[in-house]
Amino acid sequence: MTQADSLSRFSQTTILICKGTGCVSTKSDEISEEFEEQLKNFNLQDKVKVDFTGCHGFCAQGPIVIVEPEGIMYAQVKTPNVAKIVASHLKDGTPVEELFFVDPKLNKRIGKYNEIDFYSKQTRMILGNCGHINPENIDDYIETGGYSGLRNALEKTPEEIIKIIKDSGLRGRGGAGFSTGLKWQFCHNAPGSQKYVICNADEGDPGAFMDRSLLEADPHSVLEGMIIGAFAIGASHGIIYVRAEYPLAIKRFTRALETATELGFLGDNILNSGFSFDISVHEGAGAFVCGEETALMASIEGERGNPRTRPPYPATSGLWGNPTNINNVKTWASAAWIFKNGWEKFHEIGVENATGTAIFSLTGKVKNLGLIEVPMGTPLKEIVYDIGGGILDDRDFKAVQTGGPSGGCLPPSHLDSPVDFETMAASGSIMGSGGMIVLDETNCMVKLAHYFLTFTQAESCGKCIPCRIGTRAMLLILDKIITGKGEDKDLMLLEELAYTVKMGSLCALGQTAPNPVLTTLKYFRNEYQSHIFDKRCIAKDCQDLINYVIDESLCNGCTTCARNCPVNAITGEKGQVHFIDTSECVKCGICYSSCPKTAIYKEDRPFEVIEQ
Amino acid sequence: MVAAEALDSTVHKILNSREKERKHLIPILQDIQKEYGYLSKENMIRISEYLEMSPNEVYGVASFYQQFKFIKPGKHIISVCLGTACFVKGGNVLAETVRTKLGIEPGETTEDGLFSFERVACLGCCALSPVVQIDNEIYGQVKPSKLLRLIERMIKKEKSEEASK
Repeated sequence: MTQADSLSRFSQTTILICKGTGCVSTKSDEISEEFEEQLKNFNLQDKVKVDFTGCHGFCAQGPIVIVEPEGIMYAQVKTPNVAKIVASHLKDGTPVEELFFVDPKLNKRIGKYNEIDFYSKQTRMILGNCGHINPENIDDYIETGGYSGLRNALEKTPEEIIKIIKDSGLRGRGGAGFSTGLKWQFCHNAPGSQKYVICNADEGDPGAFMDRSLLEADPHSVLEGMIIGAFAIGASHGIIYVRAEYPLAIKRFTRALETATELGFLGDNILNSGFSFDISVHEGAGAFVCGEETALMASIEGERGNPRTRPPYPATSGLWGNPTNINNVKTWASAAWIFKNGWEKFHEIGVENATGTAIFSLTGKVKNLGLIEVPMGTPLKEIVYDIGGGILDDRDFKAVQTGGPSGGCLPPSHLDSPVDFETMAASGSIMGSGGMIVLDETNCMVKLAHYFLTFTQAESCGKCIPCRIGTRAMLLILDKIITGKGEDKDLMLLEELAYTVKMGSLCALGQTAPNPVLTTLKYFRNEYQSHIFDKRCIAKDCQDLINYVIDESLCNGCTTCARNCPVNAITGEKGQVHFIDTSECVKCGICYSSCPKTAIYKEDRPFEVIEQ
Repeated sequence: MVAAEALDSTVHKILNSREKERKHLIPILQDIQKEYGYLSKENMIRISEYLEMSPNEVYGVASFYQQFKFIKPGKHIISVCLGTACFVKGGNVLAETVRTKLGIEPGETTEDGLFSFERVACLGCCALSPVVQIDNEIYGQVKPSKLLRLIERMIKKEKSEEASK
């Protein structure tokens, strides 16, 4: 919807080059320079404009180049391709088909990005500007209606603003899904002359990048939401807490702060309303627990990021004891959207109790990887198969993991369930902040649970015992199971421990840490059992339970595996079939993933060998 | 020792650019690390003197956060992403590749001081998984063989630079 709206913006042919973190890593800066160069060569520099955007969300297809106003998208553009695009498309008017995106389902090249399933099946509201405006140019944001929401809001009373947010049904996008309107009201009502608003951009969930992309591609929307919120709450100072690992997001947001201040949207007496507000940037130093409100505030105060018991809630006693309101990046951006487009429109989208859209970073074993936005209540199946294009290599779908280390895995039987707060919670997972990782038959669920627990165990701040020692004890059991040393009693003990940690921990980190274990035990118990009783990993993913073997009929003796083997466990003459000595092999898997003939396969290690 | 004096004045500059308030502790630690690549004991003591708190407290805060390093990092830093998206696509094989190739564990530096090996929780480029960051450059959809080639190329380059000196 918003994509189409924004098309009218371009009066002259414009080349938009994606400069999100993903595309920059695939050298979009060079592409940009090359376009400037080639346009000069063809004497088109006055007719065609070169500009850049933030993340389109389709990072795996990067670098992405879009030609507007036609809306033609070129995927995985390399520097040498640029001359051809300029000569054929921009000069002669014939788009270069061979550089179009190939739809994995239809196996067909598609030029217009709004005809690509990945985009057309989405509802891009909050991400509407992402990939279409220059994030460092405030005029682009204003042209698409930016800051009109702020003007709207400033004409209202704080109470009216809070009512609008309540009526919209907006719930926190950080994971817990608490009513944003109520949260604002609590802080608004709290006594105190000094109040703070904080934007939580400490996106610690490994495997999620929604907040980073939004900050990089449309920083003003987050900023506008914060100003509206601060006005409603009565806060004079705001802080954005961003991971230091996101330098580009920090740079773009800082730039947004500067330009917004220049134009009077921020600072003293905003738009002559008498309201003054400023924002500072705080770089997080890398601690997952700092995504928790009270830990985040401790960190801003210059302390170790230990959470504390609540109440008192931050709304009454937060940063330096003052009333503080913390919302996630996407929540702030949603607030800005509501004031720009009206709460009714927001309320129309989604389902009862979960209005608006959900933003996910769709990764793992799907064909189309990237950042997506769908109405709340969309069935999982639509996300995985329609937008995601199905499972990579057409393997079998095994599970989808949401909510990161605090969430859980849902099996194929849940593919029809809608994505919303309550449904996800009822199935044992959580909506989370937006990480969505798709797993196929080659992923072991026990190993995945082990992976998440390794993460939470390392990130546990150590303040409370159930989390510090409980997660450690659970991890030791999982260690035993994935290395084939699991015993009969382990599953019962693991479950018991999981509930103890869940109930006894102080903050959400500990309370949710057992979720990956509990959901895999619930839906994939057979995998645990086969590890324990048969010493077998069904997915052949656990290195201690498998052997790598070379298929003699496929090996052509190219020596790649032997050269790459770190322990010289592979022998064979050039041109002859190679052989892996399993007694020397350390199961690193390098040969398996580098064999050009895919001649190396995994087989179960004999039961007797593991037993010894 | 001219070098030591120069170091001193840089630290002073960093410290004096911020007020003596507790809330500036983490930003100061970040600035110092940006300058030197790590937090030396001496520098942490200087910070503690400036902010009038105990060196223990400074170390206590610094050691809580993963960003801070306490030993001098190598010339090149290889960070293997082990976020979930990278993990399910074989990020651990890449970590194993670096470990076996350089003979060091995550968090360690090679004896010649050329390479440090880090595991990171997520670089936020999940759609390019598996991802490896070498110095400031991010490499997406990396295969072990490609990673080995990258490392070998760096070693070769370092050796030829060493020889031409």
